Amino acid sequence: MNNDEINNVKELLKQAVTPVRGAELRRDLWPQMLRKLEEQPLPIHNVRWFDWALASLAIAALLFFPGIIPALFYHL
Amino acid sequence: MELLERFAAGDLEAFEVLFRQHQKEVYAWIVRIARDTGIAEDLTVETFWRIYKHRAGFKPDGNFRAWARRIATNAALDHLRHARRETTLPENLPSAPRPDSAVGRETGDSIRKAFQELPAKYRLVATLALVEEESYADIAQAAGISESLVKVRVFRAVRMLRKKLNSLRPEVIAK
Repeated sequence: MNNDEINNVKELLKQAVTPVRGAELRRDLWPQMLRKLEEQPLPIHNVRWFDWALASLAIAALLFFPGIIPALFYHL
Repeated sequence: MELLERFAAGDLEAFEVLFRQHQKEVYAWIVRIARDTGIAEDLTVETFWRIYKHRAGFKPDGNFRAWARRIATNAALDHLRHARRETTLPENLPSAPRPDSAVGRETGDSIRKAFQELPAKYRLVATLALVEEESYADIAQAAGISESLVKVRVFRAVRMLRKKLNSLRPEVIAK
């Protein structure tokens, strides 16, 4: 396929699907944005994976080595 | 604290300022991909929802405009992936005047149908590169891919369109 063939398809496409010009936003979308924020609070899985990994490690350490709990309280 | 720092820290007022500064530009970008004003409004809100959701990943010394455009492109691409079989290209968009054309109505319908059937990622680059005449560099940045990959996808999109048009209306391609 050469450049002429590409340009041929491009011209056909531009005649059938015209470029968008001057499509301006006609209203402020902030109220819609606020509604979405209220309806869809940030999901819990938004917490990064390594935070979950760290929490899991800490819980596992407490379960398998309960002896560290007094030491932990001492340091807190 | 700077606006972008406040936004990254989760300040809703800073987010509102950024939203109002960039909503028109984000909408104008999306409407060129989605080609439907109502859907473009929804996708603009979806884009800013994603922006707010991932604010912690934004570097305050980074380019918010480019970041927003990239998220907007991904949101529009997701829309094309899920909706491409259900929707038809609307004709009520403000558009450039059509050049005098030998392309008749039936042929135009065939071209639009072939265009509509392109896989989403090819339709995205075909729309931006061939219809909207955006530069490959801008498309690459917005889509988060290399410029050479944009060229490859445009080439493949054209080849797919030719093939589809050949099967629908061979006389159009033969001209």
